[in-house]
Amino acid sequence: MSILVDSSTRAICQGLTGRQGRFHAEQCLDYGTRILAGVTPGRGGQECLGLPVFDTAEEAVRATGADTSLVFVPAPAAADAIMAAADAGIRLIVCITEGVPVLDMVRIKAALKSFDCRLLGPNCPGVITPGQCKLGIMPGFIHEPGRIGIISRSGTLTYEVVHQTTAQGLGQTSCVGIGGDPVRGLNFIDCLEMFERDPETEGIVMVGEIGGTDEEKAAEYISSEVSKPVVAYIAGVTAPPGKRMGHAGAIVAGGQGTAEAKYDALEAAGAAVTRSPAEIGATMAKALS
Amino acid sequence: MSAISGADPALRLRDFALLIQNARVNLHEYQAKALLSRYGVPVASGRAVSSGEDAAAAAGDLGGERWVVKAQVHAGGRGKGGGVKLCDSPEAVRESAERLLGGRLVTPQTGPEGLPVQKVYVEQASSIDRELYLSLLIDRADECACFVGSAAGGMDIEEVARVTPEKIARVKVRAATGIMPYAGRRLARVFGLEDAAAREMHDLAGALYRLFDECDASLIEINPLVVTGEGRLLALDAKIAVEDNALFRQPDLAGLRDPGQEDELERRAQEVGLSYVSLDGSIACMVNGAGLAMATMDLIKLQGGEPANFLDVGGAADSARVAAGFRLILSNPRVRAILVNIFGGIVRCDVIAEGILQAVREASVEVPVIARLEGTNAERARAMLDGSELTVTAASDLADAARIAVEMAA
Repeated sequence: MSILVDSSTRAICQGLTGRQGRFHAEQCLDYGTRILAGVTPGRGGQECLGLPVFDTAEEAVRATGADTSLVFVPAPAAADAIMAAADAGIRLIVCITEGVPVLDMVRIKAALKSFDCRLLGPNCPGVITPGQCKLGIMPGFIHEPGRIGIISRSGTLTYEVVHQTTAQGLGQTSCVGIGGDPVRGLNFIDCLEMFERDPETEGIVMVGEIGGTDEEKAAEYISSEVSKPVVAYIAGVTAPPGKRMGHAGAIVAGGQGTAEAKYDALEAAGAAVTRSPAEIGATMAKALS
Repeated sequence: MSAISGADPALRLRDFALLIQNARVNLHEYQAKALLSRYGVPVASGRAVSSGEDAAAAAGDLGGERWVVKAQVHAGGRGKGGGVKLCDSPEAVRESAERLLGGRLVTPQTGPEGLPVQKVYVEQASSIDRELYLSLLIDRADECACFVGSAAGGMDIEEVARVTPEKIARVKVRAATGIMPYAGRRLARVFGLEDAAAREMHDLAGALYRLFDECDASLIEINPLVVTGEGRLLALDAKIAVEDNALFRQPDLAGLRDPGQEDELERRAQEVGLSYVSLDGSIACMVNGAGLAMATMDLIKLQGGEPANFLDVGGAADSARVAAGFRLILSNPRVRAILVNIFGGIVRCDVIAEGILQAVREASVEVPVIARLEGTNAERARAMLDGSELTVTAASDLADAARIAVEMAA
């Protein structure tokens, strides 16, 4: 089992013919992911990576029966692509694009409430179920099918956690990068809920970072709803207040969003927290033993 | 619920100063007021000038008996820093302008070095009955725009928020409807406004939301919003920040960027597509990905060292970016060791290794360089570093890398 994606996932790729889209879609195909078509307005009828390209998401979905979309469309057109996918009946949209304006995301989040559709991202590495389906930009080869669910606001830091859980022999059920923007699709709680329900997931690693209060909310959810061991790491203990650390959402503002507050909340909720990013895998191994 | 309702308004208010510091495009007061005026928000007559002579002439042209001369810098607390002068003659306006122009203004928000004053804004002095606070920003938890208002406006709004948070009201604007009339009514009630002033508040709220939405603002702050002696509303000071991610569709506002108000190193980093923040320690780090960069800083601290910077070379890092990263790092004289931590996904480790070797060769790096390269092509990269004549220490894992860096910097 797994969450969000598996070997039955049928995907299209919006922005397939762009440089990023083509590069990463090829890697996903190599991993065994079933990407069945691409969408690029104005390129309908062409082929890319041996896949048919359509002008609209609607045509691509109709032709392929896809339920999932991987979005590489550049930021100015990302909102359009997301809504086009939702309107075409896509059930899971994975938006890798970085730099989507926050007001676009505010409108999209409000609009998606009337669809039966989940959004992951934007500004995220995507999702992978090792051995079955990779929808994103993560290096596939570091993953190993296994027992741990991973949820993270970061990209490369997620790879680090994957690497460590693989090295511990634990492997992963699914790994979800929820992205570094302040207003985003799926959040910690959504993923915690799915991993809690997934019978093959034995433990959950949660990688948070400074900014906002999503980790605190997740902590409340963990204390009442999650029975599986949760290991938590929060990046940014050394980040100075008032400075944005790379990600749009990573900022400690007015004493709020600090790593300490998040650690306190997660510790109180019964999560096994680790202060060392090098010991996340080991902490999970210990929590499971 | 207390952890979440750490949506404590007292804390939230401080966000604004920080948003200002972090946005690439902040408008000066005079630019913000021009924009507000275009949307129908009442402001006093004023003019931005860059000489004492022009300041005196502006006072004459504006008319009236008293004027305010205000230094145009991207920081709050200008009054406390001596950047706002009340003058009762054009000659006094000239003198105040000459004292401020060409200097640096230090306020409680600028740090000791202050910010350069290249323009002052000369404005007719207004009669003030009451000072209110009003801002509009994105509420992260509720994912919508949100007005923040308080009847206790003026310079000490943050103190008011800390001591009496019940005096701060938040009025949300839902994306599905845009602004509705009740938002203006609620703000009028919060501010204790009636009749004509309440109707003005309704119009003002609508104007602010239109501006926020159409200009992709990340923050509009009017502090104070005053009720004049005549019972009219007037935006006496204003800050507007434009969201970085939306600059592609706000070309006019993007053109208002003032690099003179920005941190030199951070601005240089941005120009070459790197994300850099200066810190006080001695161990520089260069990492791909913001989360891993923060984690690397945290690990240095955990091993007993102090990070000298945050530097994210990004997902599309190539050897040129790595070289640019080294140049940035090396312009900080406190750096005693450099830790490179790359987890190759999109980025190939051998490309990074090539960049490291090139940079170490060209920039004559004299401090130890410790590299931890993992992921795509990591083995080839380690072989390249080991095989070179340059002294770059290849570390086997993250903890190892941080430990070696701390030892070498000691």
